[in-house]
Amino acid sequence: MNVSLLDYGAGNLPSVERALQRLGARSERVSTSAGVANASALILPGVGHYGALIRALDRDGLRESLIAAIERGVPFLGICLGLQALFQKSEEAPDLRGLQILPGSVRVMSGAVKLPHMGWNQVQTKCESRLLEGIDSGAYFYFAHSYAAPYTGDEQALETRATCSYGGEFVAVAEKENIFAVQFHPEKSGDAGQRVLENFLRIAA
Amino acid sequence: MSLAHRIIPCLDTDGGRVVKGVNFVALRDAGDPVALARRYNAECADELVVLDIAASRDRRPTFLETIRKVAAELAIPLTAGGGIRTLDDARAVVRAGADKVTVNTAAVLRPGLISELSEEFGSQAVVLAIDAKRDGECWRVMTTGGRVSTDLEAVTWATKGAELGAGEILLTSVDRDGTQSGFDVALTAAISKQVMVPVIASGGARWPQHFAEIFREGAADAALAASIFHDGIQSIRSLKEFLASEKIQVRLPC
Repeated sequence: MNVSLLDYGAGNLPSVERALQRLGARSERVSTSAGVANASALILPGVGHYGALIRALDRDGLRESLIAAIERGVPFLGICLGLQALFQKSEEAPDLRGLQILPGSVRVMSGAVKLPHMGWNQVQTKCESRLLEGIDSGAYFYFAHSYAAPYTGDEQALETRATCSYGGEFVAVAEKENIFAVQFHPEKSGDAGQRVLENFLRIAA
Repeated sequence: MSLAHRIIPCLDTDGGRVVKGVNFVALRDAGDPVALARRYNAECADELVVLDIAASRDRRPTFLETIRKVAAELAIPLTAGGGIRTLDDARAVVRAGADKVTVNTAAVLRPGLISELSEEFGSQAVVLAIDAKRDGECWRVMTTGGRVSTDLEAVTWATKGAELGAGEILLTSVDRDGTQSGFDVALTAAISKQVMVPVIASGGARWPQHFAEIFREGAADAALAASIFHDGIQSIRSLKEFLASEKIQVRLPC
């Protein structure tokens, strides 16, 4: 199987490629609507500014093709900013519209904590997760972000499979049918991260 | 439940070899950055730093090649730096596989570099390295590998760096570096409690107790060391097991 990585200039794309390579998966970069339309599995990696990602999606007409692919059932994995893009909107670029696939919005992390939230933190499983299969609740993953989707319970209960706490509780893993998203960086999260990518590859196969 | 305290080995390289603080007698792979990276990745290191200590233009291609080879071995974050003077220098290092870039002397000479890097890569990718030396009641910022004194005070400079967009401070005590007499607790605490970004303490590590001390009393978010790991004096896994037994949160098991 070939995994298509959405290339809009994100810094962590090569890291994701290397991680997939280590798992023996083949990947290609796509940056056009046609590329997205032909994908059999999609990963949206992302570090940097929310506004830069959303503007790139809108500039290149990728928003529509991405949503169409997701609706067609193509397995999708959003990483970090790729998770944040799935929500309604973000405080980081309040004038822009997210992909609006998940309920809730992204806010700057708060509380008496240092930002960015950078380093290894524990992820607590909320309910059964296909992405976290074989990984214990409380496992450490690598995070590097200052914005997150606060976990509000009720409206997000269905999609939120795991959360992390830093200042407050936020969505760490979300799943909805063929849509998967993680706030941490599986490509930088050691064995636990490799397992998450392996699980995604198995689901997508 | 909170962030784990990070243990970060550092590879000081020159011309593709790990050079500083390495007892070459102890281990046959001690000078090979790729072999060391593989070992630390397997040994539970939380991150790896690779520095080009010569930082000369003509050796830059060799350094970039080192980053590429090291990155291929790692499933943990990689920070690289040494001689980063421009946005283009940083782009080359990131393209080669670094997740974060450190800047030191060039940022002192031109603080705007920090903002440029932060706008391009995000603040989580920008590490301001500060070499500080005791000067009366405060700490003086040193540049050029700790040799040249500046008129900047370290706490003030760290605060300014974070404001300009640095997402992390890599703080080296020039007084303690190479002494193996323990991290500089007073310096680290002064900066870590003042600055709202994570602080990596560096310089002076020898015993596991030094790490416990810098996390507890120095309020460090991460601790960096080189020779004690390279020489095999201290394994990262047993260090983390010690810290866990001291009730200091670390990433275990991994």
